[in-house]
Amino acid sequence: MAKHILSVLVENRSGVLSRVAGLFSRRGFNIDSLAVGVTENPEVSRMTIVVDGDEYTVEQVSKQLNKLIDIIKIRALEDSDSVSRELALIKVNATSSTRSEIVQIVEIFRAKIVDVSKNTLTVEISGSGDKVRALEDMLRQFGIKEIVRTGTIAIERGNKYIKAGSTEEM
Amino acid sequence: MKITGAQGLVKALELENVTTIFGYPGAAICPFYDALLDSDIKHILTRNEQGAAHAASGYSRVTGKTGVCVATSGPGATNLITGIATAYSDSIPMVAITGQVSLDLIGRDVFQEVDITGATEPFCKHNYLVKNVKDLPRIVKEAFHIASTGRPGPVLIDVPVDIQTDTLDFIYPDEVDIKGYKPNYKGHPQQIKKIAEAVASSQRPVICAGGGVISAKASEIMTRLAEKYQIPVVTTLMGIGAIPADHPLNMGMLGSHGVYAANYAVHNTDLLIIVGARVGDRALGTAGKIAEKAGIIHIDIDPAEIGKNVSTTIPVVGDAGLILEDLYKSIQNCNTSQWLESLQQAVKKNKVKLKEQSSYVNPKKLLAELSKRLYDNAIVVTEVGQNQIWAANNFIARKPGSFITSGGLGTMGYGLPAGIGAKIGRPESTVVVIGGDGSFQMSMPEMGTIKQNRLGVKILILNNNRLGMVREIQKNKYKKRYSQVFLDDNPDFVKIAEAYGFKSEKISCNSQIDSALERFLADDNAYLLECSIDPEEETV
Ligand SMILES: Cc1ncc(C[n+]2csc(CCOP(=O)(O)OP(=O)(O)O)c2C)c(N)n1
Repeated sequence: MAKHILSVLVENRSGVLSRVAGLFSRRGFNIDSLAVGVTENPEVSRMTIVVDGDEYTVEQVSKQLNKLIDIIKIRALEDSDSVSRELALIKVNATSSTRSEIVQIVEIFRAKIVDVSKNTLTVEISGSGDKVRALEDMLRQFGIKEIVRTGTIAIERGNKYIKAGSTEEM
Repeated sequence: MKITGAQGLVKALELENVTTIFGYPGAAICPFYDALLDSDIKHILTRNEQGAAHAASGYSRVTGKTGVCVATSGPGATNLITGIATAYSDSIPMVAITGQVSLDLIGRDVFQEVDITGATEPFCKHNYLVKNVKDLPRIVKEAFHIASTGRPGPVLIDVPVDIQTDTLDFIYPDEVDIKGYKPNYKGHPQQIKKIAEAVASSQRPVICAGGGVISAKASEIMTRLAEKYQIPVVTTLMGIGAIPADHPLNMGMLGSHGVYAANYAVHNTDLLIIVGARVGDRALGTAGKIAEKAGIIHIDIDPAEIGKNVSTTIPVVGDAGLILEDLYKSIQNCNTSQWLESLQQAVKKNKVKLKEQSSYVNPKKLLAELSKRLYDNAIVVTEVGQNQIWAANNFIARKPGSFITSGGLGTMGYGLPAGIGAKIGRPESTVVVIGGDGSFQMSMPEMGTIKQNRLGVKILILNNNRLGMVREIQKNKYKKRYSQVFLDDNPDFVKIAEAYGFKSEKISCNSQIDSALERFLADDNAYLLECSIDPEEETV
């Protein structure tokens, strides 16, 4: 099983998310993550969907998604040709004796501390899923209280872009 | 000039050339029903909303138009669901209109509120909840467009009652522009060339025709293609009628309930050309195995069907009619004489052996006899179960659209209301509904609709006092441990028919078939003929 990233342009309307999510559950596809946000065109949203499965599954997911009337365009992004990021907030236990060690780790990962309390630090990290996971592993020893992750968003490298109406390459 | 949403909805239906709709009123759809009084659109009041949806389906299948059904919110809307799902499975163009509680009450679980767009989302092509009366004309236009183009299917429009009473300046759009919906009709020339080459080098080609051939109106070109290149044809349950049943190249229905020759052809082919079929498990359950030794060509308007259940050597997306037309011109040659000869041997094994019985009517004989007496323009509509398969394999469907059945979902209770829709759509045709005693009872009250509208629908009940097909499964797969398949206390169907003012009679042996069918078909009045069937009679 491999992970595949689908970049999906959809009409920015209520009900679209439930149609997409419903399609996944009904057809037995596994969604690894799903991130949605509006695009430069307020009528269009972009979903970045990470699917776990083989070639057949990805093809089926794309074709079935394409059947939904609200879906405008779908593109499978190649790992090598796209940039992907995930954002996570990690709240970790911190005592006076562990605080400086945590700060050091956070610096090495080029993450940020965004909130401090007497007993906790909250770390913000953005990067590939692997990087987020690596930081999580490092912080686990201190005791993680809570993690929030956005799921992957991704965009193609260079001059290629996906737009409602036309898929262009400059 | 401002009109109400309800008036706008009626007007939009008129502009879509809708002349007949099927439905059942309720408070949340009352403004629409009020506006309907000022229209020429004919409304058929069924006895259950499910009946309305199935009737719209039957109507669509004989007229080629988009069927329209209407229901109120809540229970009315949920009663439509089975009909919508049935239409979805069989790719029938349909627009379902439901009333909804007023906008400010949505989401509060008020009286007769149900989230019908959420409920139908998995099995309709698209659906709408109208939130602004100004959107209504565009939504109706889009709904009819989506329902009837590409791969046809049902579309639902949920209209809150206050949207129906709100007012708008009614302007009906000329065109639709839906960014994410542009069906592709023309097959890719390169792919068509590849098919032509594959056919030329094939020794044992077979065309498998599904319901898509009928809905694409591609039956004629497919038959001509088969004739010109002498390619045998098998059909799915939904494809029956795509090529005349008695055509020498037609090997019959394939699959678990199909006939020997059709399955023999599919198992021995070196090139299977699937047209407008979704390769369901009942029809082509072993398609994966076929694919290992034969080339598979799949032609379908819905790209998602291709490669879904069987891997395809040459896929082509587009309209079956246009693609077969192109193919007709592109194939160079094809020599199938040996192949056809071996199939002729197989066809001999199709012949059913009739059991000698004196106290029952043999359904296979009955249906063969019925075929002999029906004209080409007759329409047979079935229920689901053994009755459906007996009809599929023994009724001689000569024209596309002359055999109507719930093939995809296998919905009991479909036949009678679909037959009503068919009769209304084609009043000049003899419409015969064939049902088992079980499925007939699921929609039996629709006899009231027949009576009220003076429809000469003929009903043939094959009564084995069993849920026959399930009983057969229990016999063969559950060691005869019969569970809940007995309908021993069935009502007297003849008396029920008489209560509705139908002519009616019951027969119980083969020697009565001739004269009973004569009376059954004699005039254009509704008639119920009940036939006693041996509960042990096998499906194939
Ligand atoms: C709505 C619905 N419920 C249940 C079934 C399962 N089912 C398939 S065939 C069948 C038996 C049908 O019995 P009957 O209508 O008497 O026809 P027969 O098989 O005896 O000809 C049943 C229960 C179904 N297809 N549809």
